[in-house]
Amino acid sequence: MLPQILRRLLATIPVMGVVAVAVFALLHLTPGDPAVIIAGDYATTDDIARIRAKLGLDRPFLTQVGIWLGQIVRGDLGTSIFSGLPVSRLIGQRAEVTILLTLYATVLSVCLGVPLGVVAAWRQGSLLDRAIMIVAVSGFSMPVFWLGFLLVYLFAITLAWLPVQGYAPLGSGLGATLRHLTLPAVTLSLVYMALIARMTRASMLGVLGEDYVRTAFAKGLAPRAVLVRHALKNASLPIVTIIGLGFALLIGGAVVTESVFALPGLGRLTVDAIIRRDYPVIQGVILVVSAVYVLINLVVDVLYVVLDPRIRY
Amino acid sequence: MNDVTRRGFLAGGAATAASLATAPYVHAQKRGGTMRFVAQADLKILDPVWTTAYITRNHSYLVYDTLFGTDEQLAVKPQMVEKHTVSTDGLKWSFTLRPGLKWHDGQPVVAEDCVESLKRWGKKDRFGRLLMAHTAKLAPVDRRTFTLELAERFGPVLEALGKPSSNTPFMMPARLAVTSADEQLKEIVGSGPFRFVKDEWQPGNQVVYVKNPDYLPRSEAPSGSSGGKQVHLDKVIWRYIPDAATAAAALAAGEVDWWEIPPLDFIPRIEQNAALATFLPDPAGTQGWLRPNHLHPPFNNKKARQALVAMMDQATYLQAAIGVPKYFRPCHSVFACNGPYASKVGAEGLARQNLDRARALVKESGYDGRPVTVIHVTDISLLNGSALVTRDLLTQIGFTVDLKTMDWSTNLATRARKDPPDKGGWNVLHTWWMAADVMHPAVHFGVSGAGPGAWFGWPEIPALEKLITEFVRATEPARRKQLADEIQKVALDEVAYVPWGEWMSPTAFRRNVQGILKFIAPLFWNVQIA
Repeated sequence: MLPQILRRLLATIPVMGVVAVAVFALLHLTPGDPAVIIAGDYATTDDIARIRAKLGLDRPFLTQVGIWLGQIVRGDLGTSIFSGLPVSRLIGQRAEVTILLTLYATVLSVCLGVPLGVVAAWRQGSLLDRAIMIVAVSGFSMPVFWLGFLLVYLFAITLAWLPVQGYAPLGSGLGATLRHLTLPAVTLSLVYMALIARMTRASMLGVLGEDYVRTAFAKGLAPRAVLVRHALKNASLPIVTIIGLGFALLIGGAVVTESVFALPGLGRLTVDAIIRRDYPVIQGVILVVSAVYVLINLVVDVLYVVLDPRIRY
Repeated sequence: MNDVTRRGFLAGGAATAASLATAPYVHAQKRGGTMRFVAQADLKILDPVWTTAYITRNHSYLVYDTLFGTDEQLAVKPQMVEKHTVSTDGLKWSFTLRPGLKWHDGQPVVAEDCVESLKRWGKKDRFGRLLMAHTAKLAPVDRRTFTLELAERFGPVLEALGKPSSNTPFMMPARLAVTSADEQLKEIVGSGPFRFVKDEWQPGNQVVYVKNPDYLPRSEAPSGSSGGKQVHLDKVIWRYIPDAATAAAALAAGEVDWWEIPPLDFIPRIEQNAALATFLPDPAGTQGWLRPNHLHPPFNNKKARQALVAMMDQATYLQAAIGVPKYFRPCHSVFACNGPYASKVGAEGLARQNLDRARALVKESGYDGRPVTVIHVTDISLLNGSALVTRDLLTQIGFTVDLKTMDWSTNLATRARKDPPDKGGWNVLHTWWMAADVMHPAVHFGVSGAGPGAWFGWPEIPALEKLITEFVRATEPARRKQLADEIQKVALDEVAYVPWGEWMSPTAFRRNVQGILKFIAPLFWNVQIA
């Protein structure tokens, strides 16, 4: 197993290289120029040209790519054009929020989505099944920003149970962190929970018709044992896949959620950087997030082997 | 204008000025506490010379001090300066600093620091450049005194040194002020009433300031950026909350104390909340602009540009762009209507829409039917609204219009292009400026006719440049007013740009916040949390 994992990890290096060059090229094709944003309103054309030269934006495209890749190889993600702070420091400041938010939302989604999917499959066609699927479809259909405001109005303004916005770092206590992350995590998890519930139901339906499940019931095993130990375990591969994919979706969804709840996470860092064309920050964040995606895929692949020993790579 | 720094100015108002315009100035009753403030934009650049961004200017008012401040009546008053003298011929100025001033690193403020700060500012700022072009020598005399020797008369010396808006001449230590004006400062050290806490700065989230215990306030009552900067707060935390609904909810829930510029559609709800109050900190407001590109057809032709004035109906623009009548007002002057140089001279055509005349002017201009490219910025509502009105009016008077839709950042890059419209350039753009930036000819970019050196649109109108030079050399107020009138007349006749009205932006805060001062930037001295 370990050599396989190492091989996969090595295979990510060219993938990351392609991502890096593609991101760089796309950004430089996008209209906009950080030099004119910095130069401000009073700048003359000469002022803008001077700032562009200072930032190295007047160099040929390939030279700029080469300089950036050289920095990456040395482990340097560059410096923000605007704040002058290292990109790695900016990412470090924001990573905690996004990681905790994504994990919290994943835990909520899995803990709710899987049981709901199992129950819906077990009671296929019943009122309960329909009710769960209505919840799931609603979860898919509800815009995240709208749901966020609804939850803020109810739990933060009307009931004053939870804060409207902001983040309390882990250093200020786990309780405070969870209080600040609960509404965003619930908002973010709803779509994902619905996705998991539907996928679990579909996968379970396929398994529940199998002979060994019928045999288990015939032997007189309790429904919980049959559903969890026999059916769910065998239905888990597509569910694990969707959890892995969903984790990536959550990072994307965090962009909106972080804006609604004013959370200083990677999503907002990216949006702010895009608005200002802060190229080093955009490139750095996308590179890091791409690496996370690649790693998640690797973890999912490893889990396949754990869940189904027949699988070989 | 300034990128996100002016995004907050989506709103404004006049009719409520009477009820809102009384500054809630109170003497200190309680000291200490933390102010949680929602800023208009994200503070990303800290150097007030490197950028003109309003958010950087606002940040600098906490950290830095100025030689002169501007009071609520727009009068320039000494701030770091204890006394100043001027020779009878008006050419030699001497400035002596107040004793005991210190930088945040503990070093004393000396004259050389101020000289280097002014030199750096004078390389970047329009007013500063004008002053430096008239300066023969700027040098320290002793540790507290420096002199400014002019090569030629320059009337508004004190207005330049007390310039309230970007780029404001903030003072910094000489070791930092020698940094090239094209490079950002690496260290933020001022002598202002608050210290910037760099370790707690999170771009995109928060900026933290703490009280400067070494600050020596003047003895006068505070007024605008002048007078005694008495600090009652221990700490100020600026939060950046990009979503207005979230900021509104945070203010209502008491998670923040003061919201700098709420969008106008949030004001009625804020006013209904007994725990909240609104206040108009800058009654002079903001001016909207329609700017033609003078380099390319059809607006390289004066008659085509004059058609833009004839089609103008400020009420329609303001309704579409601002939307709340009690916060806007037509203003047919190129200089801010609340300012000393507001004028009706030459503005008769601007005051009354005449579409027939506009159509006739388009024909007389020899317009050949080529599409007129109008930059249409969609992520800032006032620019979206104004561009749509312009498209409609241009079509009505006979132009073919190509609306070029983009976001604000793309607009910043597009407007800097001098290429013809069919090669990525443009014909018409819309923007806005705070009244402080259009208050008089030396700061007003719209009346510059410097061609390649003028603001985007690049009008080449030598008569304007000559009049501006005469204006800055004039010392008699009556003569300066007369010259400002002349400048307006030429600017509107040549159509350097077309103003489309003024609006104001209230600020909102919890009622336990007291002592907010009237000024173009949020000031944190005199403010307390009861």
